[in-house]
Parts: sequence; structure tokens; C-alpha cells
Amino acid sequence: MNLTRTIVTEDSWRQCIDSLADGSLTLLGLWGDPPRVYMAVLDEATAGVSVLSYACDGGSYPSVGARHPPAIRLERAIRDLYKLDARGAPDTRPWLDHSGPPYAFLPSEGEGLHQIAVGPVHAGIIEPGHFRFTANGEHVVRLEQRLGYVHKGIEALMTGATLDAAAKLAARTSGDSTVAYSYAFARASEAALQIAPPPRAIYLRALMAELERLANHFGDIGAICNDASFALMHAHCAVLRERTLRTAQACFGHRLMMDAVVPGGVARDIAAGGSAGLQELLAEIRRAFPPLISLYDNTASLQDRTVTTGIVKPDYAQQFGAGGFVGRASGRNFDARRAFAYAPYDDLTFDVPVLPAGDVNARIWIRIREVEQSLTLIEQILGALPSGDIRTPVGSTGKGCEGLGLVEAFRGDVLVWLRLDGAGHVARCHLRDPSWFQWPLLETAVEGNIVADFPLCNKSFNCSYSGHDL
Amino acid sequence: MRKTLLQGVARGSLTEPLPQPEEAGLAELAQSVNRAARARLGRSLSIRQVDAGSCNGCELEIHALSNAFYDLERLGLRFVASPRHADVLLVTGPVTQNMREALLRTYIATPDPKWVVAVGACAVDGGLFAASAAVAGGVKDVVPVDLHIRGCPPSPIELLKGLMALLTRAA
Repeated sequence: MNLTRTIVTEDSWRQCIDSLADGSLTLLGLWGDPPRVYMAVLDEATAGVSVLSYACDGGSYPSVGARHPPAIRLERAIRDLYKLDARGAPDTRPWLDHSGPPYAFLPSEGEGLHQIAVGPVHAGIIEPGHFRFTANGEHVVRLEQRLGYVHKGIEALMTGATLDAAAKLAARTSGDSTVAYSYAFARASEAALQIAPPPRAIYLRALMAELERLANHFGDIGAICNDASFALMHAHCAVLRERTLRTAQACFGHRLMMDAVVPGGVARDIAAGGSAGLQELLAEIRRAFPPLISLYDNTASLQDRTVTTGIVKPDYAQQFGAGGFVGRASGRNFDARRAFAYAPYDDLTFDVPVLPAGDVNARIWIRIREVEQSLTLIEQILGALPSGDIRTPVGSTGKGCEGLGLVEAFRGDVLVWLRLDGAGHVARCHLRDPSWFQWPLLETAVEGNIVADFPLCNKSFNCSYSGHDL
Repeated sequence: MRKTLLQGVARGSLTEPLPQPEEAGLAELAQSVNRAARARLGRSLSIRQVDAGSCNGCELEIHALSNAFYDLERLGLRFVASPRHADVLLVTGPVTQNMREALLRTYIATPDPKWVVAVGACAVDGGLFAASAAVAGGVKDVVPVDLHIRGCPPSPIELLKGLMALLTRAA
């Protein structure tokens, strides 16, 4: 990764905001480390990443959100967690901190409007969050989300923790992306400590990441169809998901592969017979998945629900730097595996599917195509799997250091920024889930849709609550 | 679609034999379930799942209980959409400060007799998150718990064993 690290003055900070506002840069993250505030930005043309830090003046910094809306919720979170204020911020309501007075939802006024409050405890087996709909009859006029219910104080717990303890917390930031978080955390710590994992570990990490992507995409494809009341697809996809998890268990001793990727490499080598088990899994998916794709493609009543439903405008996807299937289904041609070409993806061949439509249907098709890509990636990884050690010893450098890790999780790019002290303990770690830049787009996507299509739209996004709430 | 359905019938069932109920769970439940409650519920329980702060790992495995391999509904257990329809609250996560009130209200909204099953390492005592100021503690620190199913996350088989213990005692 082509990374630039600068300590900036207010002028340079503002210049960067200008570039975000005019679209020449994409916001990757914004976080506090008092007395400084940090911003990570991406130049999509060159895949260059810059991390800027600005020393707050009297506990405040010039608001990014005032010019660039994707930063608004991040600024609210920074104020809740680190007491740093964004000067000129357009929205100063608390976000992750729920201890204050009753939350003031934004007003929607007009004849015949009514509100529907949903959550935090939802009807399905999903994470908690609150959705406040303003509807006119069946049509959603406005959706406002309120998140933060599963805020566990992960970043605060990491401060002062050993690298091992912090890695365990990173692995539990969002359980469905446990491999991706461990992977990003490991890459950030390796960048900070300037060590390289052994080649075998590099390939095993990618193998786990692709298995995780497969399992989640199967789960999502089935669950989206289920929210359109098409249970058959759900039942069959759940079988493929279960087979994938069982293979992960057989290979790496844990169905979700939790704590398998660690700083310095991987904690567990692939079990004896794991490779053969994976080949069987690939064969089974290649046998069972194509008929399911046809089933989806040829069921008009299902397509009737998914096509033109919940459209994310390409401009918004670009402005918010939306990653994963949300961005790629709305024409944003970005995948961290290709953009940053981190090992071993630089040696592997794969396509990044992109579609322009931006509806639920497009988000399903991106997942379908990504399943196919993950299958060829796993095949390539198994064919090229190097022998040797699986972990490089991790020590400390004796002085403070920092590192950045960016990894493509199944739902988009996960960013981890890590600052270590001289003893090798975590001084500050920030984890930015792709959902930060996807949740706000869900608000735009459901506008004008009927209330009954919200679960369908929501599932097609499948944003993380825990990863977002930290 | 017809072809897919017919193939499913022809191939036979993927559903696997049930495991034995968990011994520790049976012992834990012995005190909390009385004969009257059993008589009222018959051999069927409705479960309302509540995520009180989990990382979503437990939810993934609870979801898996409904797939063809585990087929939870053959036990007479089913997930319902409202606490008002529930006999059992299946609670995951360390309870965050921000979910404490919602969990309490969900518990109050559930009609008696009811049981609370705490799922996952975090639900026992807060787990890795126990020391956080944003976390209120384990599930038992907020509502009375009748059964713990441990694991990070517990596998579907472990969940089945625990729920079967509940069924053996409660329903």
C-alpha cells in the first residue's frame, strides 16, 4: 500500500476537507486520539492512502462533516468517546452515548404523515438498532436510524492491552467478519512493528478470508430471498453456508475461524485432510449453487420484489466511499484486495464484479458473482500454498510506532489503525467498519419504497451493528 | 422451482439425529422449573431471541439451528417475533448500558411462566468486555437467568444440547 503519513496544520486539514467535498479524495476514516484527531483518505486514481493527524486546538477541530456528510456520524462518535468537538458540525446530537436526555429525531412535517418506531429489539434474530420511519400511508417518506445500542467500549478496552488481548477484542468487533477484523488488526500491527508473516501464513489468511466471504454471501443471498418470502432459496443457501462452516471447523478448528489470524501470522495451520475437505466443498458448491442462481433468476415473483427496490444512487455510493456489495452494486469499482493488492492477492487472479443498477437485485447479483470469484481464489490458494512456518515472533520495537491495516471483508473494507507504545502494548486502536459508510445510504435507499420492503432493503445491505457501535 | 423441490424430496433429509441434553444444563434448570409450568406449556416452547450487546457471532449460530441439518422446529421449539408470544428469552452478549433498559422491558413484556437462557461466553459475565464502562455485565446482572449455554460462540450442537435440557425440564 502506498501510504503517506503527515502531521498537518489547520490549513492542510481544511485543504483535505476541500478535496473530500469536491470528490477528488474518498474518506476512509476519522477518529480521535486526544489531543489529536486523525483522518484517513484515499485517492482512488492512484490507490494512495494518506493519514493526517491534527492537534486539536482547545479540544476542537474544523468539522469535516460540515462539508462532507459521510463524516457526520464519525464526528458525533468522536465527541461521545473522546470529547473532541468538531467546530461547525451540522449535527451535534450524541451518537454512541445514550446516557443523555431522550434522543431528538429529526422532524418530518406534512399532511398525513405518521411515524413508525422499530427497535432496538427487532422481530428477527438480528442485532439491535432503532429505525424511525415517517410514512405516508405505505410509503416511507423518511427513515432515520439510531445506532449505538451494542456499544461495548471496544476501543477503550484495547487501550493499554497487550497485543494478544487486543487481537481477541478485534476478532469480536463484528462476529460475521471475525477473520477480516483479525486480518486487518494483524496487518496493522505488522506494519507498526515492521515484521512480515511467513508466506504460508499469508496464504492461509486469504483462504480463511474467502471462506468467511463464502459463508456470509450464502447466508445473505438466502436471507434476502427469505425477506421476500421465498423460503426455498433460504433453505438451500443455509445448507451451503453450513457446509462451508463445517469445512472451516475441520480445517481450522472453529466454525467462524475466530482467533485463527493473529499478529505475525496464523495461530493454526490447516488440519490434515483439510485441503481435501476444501476440494470437496468447492465441488459441492459448484454442483449445488448454479441451480440456485437459475432459481433466483427465473422466479418472476421474487424478481418482482428485488428489481428496482431500494436503489442507492451511484453518486451517493461514490460520495460515501461505500465499500463491498453496496458500493459495487451502485457502480463504485472498488475492492481493497485489488486496489491495495496486499499479499497474496497480488499473485492471484480474480474479477471484481460491478453493476450500475443499485437495487436489491444488483446487491444479490454482486454476491452471486463474488461467490464464484471466491471459489476460484480458494482453488488458486490451495494450488499455490507455500510450505513452512505459520508465525513470525512478535516483539516490541522499544519505542512507539503505528500502523494501518486495510482488508476487504465480505461487506467491504475494514480499516484498523494501531498505535503501540514502547513496550508493545496498544496505546490506541481504531477499527472502522465498512458499515459507517453504508448505513446512511440505507436511509436514502428506502425513501419512496413501501414500509413492507424495508426488511428486504435492510437485509440486502446487511450492515453491521456491532462493528459500527464498537 | 418444481425441479428444485422434487430433487429435495428425492435426495432425502439432511437432518441429523439429535444430541443428548446437556447434563450441566439439566442440573441448573432443576431448581427453576416446576410441575405446574410444565403442565401449562406442553411439549412446545416459543423463543424470543434478544441481542443485548453481542458481536453477532452467537446470532449466526442461533440462525444455523433452523437450517436443514439441525431443524430446531422438530423439537417443538420455534422462534417468535415478539416477547409477548414467547416462553423463553434467548439472550446473547454482554449486556451493554445502552441495551439494559430494552432487555428489561423485553423481559417484563414476556408473560409468565418464562425462562431466560443466556447464550455465549459474554452472556455469562460480560466475557472479554466485562471491564468496560459501557457494559452493565452478564445477563444475570440484569434479569434472572435459568440456563447458561457457554461458548464463543456456542456451536449449533451445543445450543441444541442446552435447549433440549430446557425442553426436558420445562416442557
